[in-house]
Amino acid sequence: MIDYSKILPEKVVKMKPSGIRKFFDIANEMDNVISLGVGEPDFQTPWTIRDAAILSLERGQTRYTSNWGLMELRKEIANYLKRRFDISYDPKNEIVVTVGGSEGIDICIRALLNEGDEVLIPEPCFVCYDPIVSLCGGVPVPVPTKAEDNFRLTPEALKARITPKTKLLILPYPNNPTGAVMRREHLEAIAEVIRGTDIMVLSDEIYSELTYSSSHVSIASLEGMWERTIVINGFSKSYSMTGWRLGYACGPEPILHQMIKIHQFAIMCAPSTSQYAAIEALRHCDPQIRMMVEDYDMRRRLTADGFNRIGLSCFEPEGAFYVFPCIKSTGLSSEEFCEKLLFSKRVAVVPGNAFGASGEGYIRVSYSYSVEHIIEAIKRIEEFINTL
Amino acid sequence: MDKLLRILDTNARLSNEQLAVMLGAKAEDIAAAIAQYEADGVIRGYKALIDWDRACTDHVTALIELRVTPKRDLGFEEIAKKIMLFDEVESVYLMSGGYDLAVLISGKNFKDIALFVAHRLSPMDSVLSTATHFVLRRYKDSGIVFCDTDHDERGNVSL
Repeated sequence: MIDYSKILPEKVVKMKPSGIRKFFDIANEMDNVISLGVGEPDFQTPWTIRDAAILSLERGQTRYTSNWGLMELRKEIANYLKRRFDISYDPKNEIVVTVGGSEGIDICIRALLNEGDEVLIPEPCFVCYDPIVSLCGGVPVPVPTKAEDNFRLTPEALKARITPKTKLLILPYPNNPTGAVMRREHLEAIAEVIRGTDIMVLSDEIYSELTYSSSHVSIASLEGMWERTIVINGFSKSYSMTGWRLGYACGPEPILHQMIKIHQFAIMCAPSTSQYAAIEALRHCDPQIRMMVEDYDMRRRLTADGFNRIGLSCFEPEGAFYVFPCIKSTGLSSEEFCEKLLFSKRVAVVPGNAFGASGEGYIRVSYSYSVEHIIEAIKRIEEFINTL
Repeated sequence: MDKLLRILDTNARLSNEQLAVMLGAKAEDIAAAIAQYEADGVIRGYKALIDWDRACTDHVTALIELRVTPKRDLGFEEIAKKIMLFDEVESVYLMSGGYDLAVLISGKNFKDIALFVAHRLSPMDSVLSTATHFVLRRYKDSGIVFCDTDHDERGNVSL
């Protein structure tokens, strides 16, 4: 018998599984749950996008594409980024189409890190940055963000953690799980700190279409930032295309040139069917995005108001499709709260500490559900709180 | 206030307070807007969407295609208004294409409806012909899916 513990590398064994595994296992096996727990849109992918994919299959367009992705798609991505966020990329060598935003994050971190490099990660945040950094021999440096700052990264918190070893800042806004957004003035303050250093920025803008009180601003559009920023975006959240696994990374050619090598050997190219579908999305689906955003916005207000009303204070989230209520008043930890709520009322939400230690005392509530569903879930949460 | 109509079109049971929160408005403004819509006849009524098959009540619906002779000066108005007076008639539409009026009728059973057509509609002066199509199964009605219960493929929790 092989003793696997002897052959498995420590770096991998030490990787923590994402989230709160036990809680997730229980929650996902339970029936008749009214959930506000998932991190993906409830809308169907718009039909014209699905139809474009079907057409590509009928035409037999099922081969590998260029490693970079279809040129037609890269041109559409360049047009889109220019028209929406006023950032310019050459489709030839500054845009790579990836398997979801996730792959873009992975190859960007892998392309940039030397052993021992420090990576600043504002928390709470999505769970993938820390393990990828560790796997690359880098050192994740969490930068806690606070409710009183509306969970924005502040220049002071950033400055305090910069060392000569700092290689990369992750900028995950609009933010999962908090719903926080960095507006132009907040990004300006961050750019002020970063400009003139050799620190790179990985700006994860996967929720860029889902902002409600101001249009999304990409840090790459600020003066002097384009050259030090890799922008990650994709189709999952904006076009409700999570299962299609399609995203992209954009940045200066010398970095993309390294990223494309990793992509080429690990992935070859993103799925061609998804790429053909994405061309249709970028060309014709602005109205569907607006419709979805309008709907999310109504649910966002309803959800945030619902939690404030039942005494779980939550700041007004400005992006993504999450609210992040504080549950400290209940005296329970995030995990206790979620487990008890699940067992007693069959409502599923995600413990805030799944997104980093600074998420303790909060829960993540997704409003990618119907209005009726949200109202029922909040009613049950209120009943639950009244039993405490 | 288009957004208000759009919400009410999918769910008319939300309270004014809930609607106000969703739209970032005041509850009294919502109440006033709805009252105005009602007064202007923009909002014509509120009702539940019932799946009668599940309610186990005898309930049959049919679509009757009517070809009629329009009257001088009155066009199709006169006959349409006469037809809509029957309680059995749920909807009357003036149509483009191969026939003139589409009439949706519900009754307890097929015979009820057949007799209604034979005794009430066909004999009317300007009616040239009728074609009765019974609804066999309702897959989707007024934007609501009737044929399956919605199943959330996303599971209960994910990051």
